[in-house]
Amino acid sequence: MSAISTTLYAGRPWTLPSRGRVGMFCLITAEAAIFTIFVVAYLFYLGKSVSGPTPRQVLDVPIFNTICLLSSSLTIHFADRALDRGRMAAFKVLWFLTLALGAIFLIGTGREWDRLIYTSGLTISTNLFGTTYYSLVGLHAFHVAVGLLGLGLVMALALTSKLKQEHAGRVGVFSLYWHFVDAVWVVVFTVVYILGR
Amino acid sequence: MASDSISLPGSIGLPRDAGSTWLETLHEWVITVDHKKLGLMYIGSALIFLVIGGIEAAIMRIQLAVAHGQFVSPEVFNRMFTMHGTTMIFFVAMTVLFGFGIYLVPLMIGTRDMAFPRLNAWGFWMTLFAALLFYFSFVGGDGLSGAGGAPDVGWWAYAPLTSPAFSRGHSTDYWTIALLVAGFGTVATAVNLVATIVTMRCPGMTLGKMPLLAWMYLVMSGMLLFTITPLTAAQLMLMVDRYLGGHFFDTQAGGSAVIWMHFFWIFGHPEVYVLIIPAFAFISEIVPVFSRKPIFGYPIMVAATVAIGFVSMSVWAHHMYTVGMASYSSAFFVLTTMAVGIPTGIKIFNWLGTMWGGKIHYDVPMMFALGFLFQFLIAGLTGIMLSSAPFDWQLGGSYFVVAHFHYVIVGGILFSLFGAFYYWYPKMTGRMLNETLGKWHFWLFLIGFHVTFDVMHIPGILGMPRRIYTYEPGRGWEQWNLIVSIGAVIQTVAILFFVVNMIWSYFRGRPAGKDPWDAWTLEWAVSSPPPVYNFAVLPEVMSRRPLWDIKHPEDPDWKYE
Amino acid sequence: MRIASWTSLELRHLLKLAGAWMLAARCFAQSGAQSSSSTNIFAPASTPADAIFGLSIFVLAVTGVIFAIVFGLLLYAAIRFRRRPNDDPREPLQIYGSDQLELAWTVIPVLIVIVLFMTSARVIHAVQDARRPKGTIEVVVIGHQFWWEYRYPQYGFVTANELHVPVSDPAHPTPTFLELRSADTDHSFWIPVLAGKTDLIPNHPNSMWIDPHGAGLYLGQCAQYCGTQHAKMLLRAYVDSPAEFDRWVQAQQKTVREDTPLSPVALEGRRVFNSTACVNCHAISGTAAEGRVGPDLTHLMSRETIASGVTPNTAANLRRWVQNPAAFKPGSLMPSMNLTDKEVDEVTAYLLTLH
Repeated sequence: MSAISTTLYAGRPWTLPSRGRVGMFCLITAEAAIFTIFVVAYLFYLGKSVSGPTPRQVLDVPIFNTICLLSSSLTIHFADRALDRGRMAAFKVLWFLTLALGAIFLIGTGREWDRLIYTSGLTISTNLFGTTYYSLVGLHAFHVAVGLLGLGLVMALALTSKLKQEHAGRVGVFSLYWHFVDAVWVVVFTVVYILGR
Repeated sequence: MASDSISLPGSIGLPRDAGSTWLETLHEWVITVDHKKLGLMYIGSALIFLVIGGIEAAIMRIQLAVAHGQFVSPEVFNRMFTMHGTTMIFFVAMTVLFGFGIYLVPLMIGTRDMAFPRLNAWGFWMTLFAALLFYFSFVGGDGLSGAGGAPDVGWWAYAPLTSPAFSRGHSTDYWTIALLVAGFGTVATAVNLVATIVTMRCPGMTLGKMPLLAWMYLVMSGMLLFTITPLTAAQLMLMVDRYLGGHFFDTQAGGSAVIWMHFFWIFGHPEVYVLIIPAFAFISEIVPVFSRKPIFGYPIMVAATVAIGFVSMSVWAHHMYTVGMASYSSAFFVLTTMAVGIPTGIKIFNWLGTMWGGKIHYDVPMMFALGFLFQFLIAGLTGIMLSSAPFDWQLGGSYFVVAHFHYVIVGGILFSLFGAFYYWYPKMTGRMLNETLGKWHFWLFLIGFHVTFDVMHIPGILGMPRRIYTYEPGRGWEQWNLIVSIGAVIQTVAILFFVVNMIWSYFRGRPAGKDPWDAWTLEWAVSSPPPVYNFAVLPEVMSRRPLWDIKHPEDPDWKYE
Repeated sequence: MRIASWTSLELRHLLKLAGAWMLAARCFAQSGAQSSSSTNIFAPASTPADAIFGLSIFVLAVTGVIFAIVFGLLLYAAIRFRRRPNDDPREPLQIYGSDQLELAWTVIPVLIVIVLFMTSARVIHAVQDARRPKGTIEVVVIGHQFWWEYRYPQYGFVTANELHVPVSDPAHPTPTFLELRSADTDHSFWIPVLAGKTDLIPNHPNSMWIDPHGAGLYLGQCAQYCGTQHAKMLLRAYVDSPAEFDRWVQAQQKTVREDTPLSPVALEGRRVFNSTACVNCHAISGTAAEGRVGPDLTHLMSRETIASGVTPNTAANLRRWVQNPAAFKPGSLMPSMNLTDKEVDEVTAYLLTLH
């Protein structure tokens, strides 16, 4: 899917951006708008819960999880570069690392929620904080899960030797999605665990 | 040549005597990823829902024709206005505009299909499924009264009316989920349109040389990415409230009803610009061709459209002037709302400038376009009245607003759409629509439209709120409501002429040939209907009007642009 | 704009249109002024409505001029530049644009917007940020599905569905400030000749004010869709002279006395009322009934209508309402209590004693 046109116009190559990248940027824009609304709701309702636990009382800052997720952006970036240059072994290792780091993040989120629900008594219906917290973090976690599915699919294709260097463009487009998921986490982390406490 | 012969739109360009069976043709349409067939399916489904939405409107108008009407119960009436509004916006306007967009954009930018053909098909089927799910509510939802419940919360679904406490049963869930699903289809198509326009233009067609229709669909699709998604977010929040015990809009738990309004209108206002911008696109193609002049001020038209796209994101709370905002908040929205009228007005002047000094051919497309220009002017001016917050404290929530937005949607968008139908039907089917039937359609609809929607402003001025299933006699509303209802009958007859015209002309219309209107954009360079691959050889263009350059080699556009 | 180049026919059309429009606006105003139960926004009878009316005339004038000019130009172009049968077959002169024109028709609308914005902002501030003078009457309005609750904290009583306020003399103003709240969904308080509408939103108190210039009955209704019977949540505001208002207040402040002699039927009705679910929803001050879900019935018979303005408050209508509210207002939240005919007669007789 090389979208670089090989046509000429008036003697010069007629080049337009890659379809996949433009499409992914559009999708990212749309998703960013959804997250923005959830973040706005979260910020608006800070301090407005009528009862129940407050963020400060129950939230622990997930430093380890965050480091894992943000590092996965680094590993996926290097994986992309490896694939660009045809270094398949390096690509497989780096891609697997990305997958693992993402999975650690998701498991970590699951454990945090387990503690919040069963130890701290915070559910989505407890109060406004519970509703907005689980919705925002949950929406992000859902996007991480979808990303993991994609990462897994590419991993499987790589391990069965079906993935080749010429697919670097498409894998790069998927990586954009993963970078977006990480960027959203930076925002969510700041809003929920720093501003909101 | 086979591709020039009059063939069913299902044809894949094979000679007719290849003999596809009925089943094979149906199969071909169901699995298609061809933008032309998908466009026609979008348009076809929109027309069906137009009729359904029209029936819902007719039921309301019969009920409101007299005071204390007994035609339907309050429960049924409340469902009618909810279904009518939601259907017309999401399953008629959005779908028909998308239909024209995905049909025309690849042809007009000189390429073979959309950027993501399978995504194109997915978007269509999601939207159709959503519409069917929405209408399933009539038999599926229990509602408060228990006897079959389509949603009855209005197309804005204000909280806390939609909370489980006040909206029992599933009728509200049909509204929420159907529109969620439709929203995914919409985002998919918007992504597809942006990607197509940005990455698939033919050689030589820089952004500054593409037809205005392409620009307008680019802006419309770009806007959609930002604006349909707030509604998706709000609907997800509503589902959390209704099914997981959440409190996003639960006023008893400290939640806010006003924040639903903000989220909804952050979607809702730009949405109406999303709807009008393609209507502008059709006018911007039709008026030049029938005035025999290029569009006046192409760069300004582009700039104005982009400006509208941005500024319209900042005006939403003019739907909330009465909710008790601080004075400076209301004033801010007065300013932005009036400001968005400026680029809109500029466009009217540019269309006027296009007509000025031209040689206007009053074929049916141009008649509808002219109707659009006059009516959109009036609609814009009643919009200015409503933008002034104190004036809106009286006019808002009344039949004046209903009259205003129908003036925009029917008098503006629908007239522009009719123009688009008459203009591009020959390209899509290979046959001209009948001129006589077209003129009957135009004049009857014009009269019916004005009888209904001019007069509808009056009950609003006399204090009649909207969304009421009946009204008290003695307030001076009865005679005006009766006239409004009579106009609806006239419009129905006009639509019948339109439907008959489309069917009759498909079989008996005059063969159109490639370029019946002597137009200048790339879609008129191919046969009618176009072959499935659009262009045998991808064109190269040097100006905004490539066919003008070919027809006037001594005086081509690229010398002057 | 060179008028000489227009045909006299088009010019006459335009002038007729403009004249008709101005006349229509004045006609509406006059027809409204005739009856005090008018709901015409162009017949204001209170300062907020006056302020809006003044602004609206200005806005109408500006938009009217814009309309006349642009409509005229469009009409002119549509007629003057149409193709005629014996026309030269060549294409007309291809003009691509004009920067000066674009500038002109951008700058002028910007100026118009600035003017309209500033006049609107002035009225927003004047109405929304008005101060309360000393003689202000305070009423708390609570919107319910599908009736209006009125509390007078200064006088200590609660009533329903029929609002009473005093006339306000401009020399010694006694405006009424309404605090707007909701017990359930969104509503909107709209009596057009007194003020613009303001919404009643749960968990979001709002405020509006009126200072009626003349006594009389003013009509309106709920203007924000609130459910099945939104259409019949009618508003009736009685503007009384100061003396009448005082009399009304004093009557409302009286509680029902336990020792008031009642006919045997009414006595039995009171027993039925107090021992069935009526007391869960309704309040009659001075008795055991203290429900706030439904309208306060202490002075039910001082009201001219029942069911929030839907029907006159006669014995027959009252009886029918008690027996089956859905006969008047299907979807009303008052259920039919399935009383026997005898019980309905008795309860009605009791209610008829609540003056």
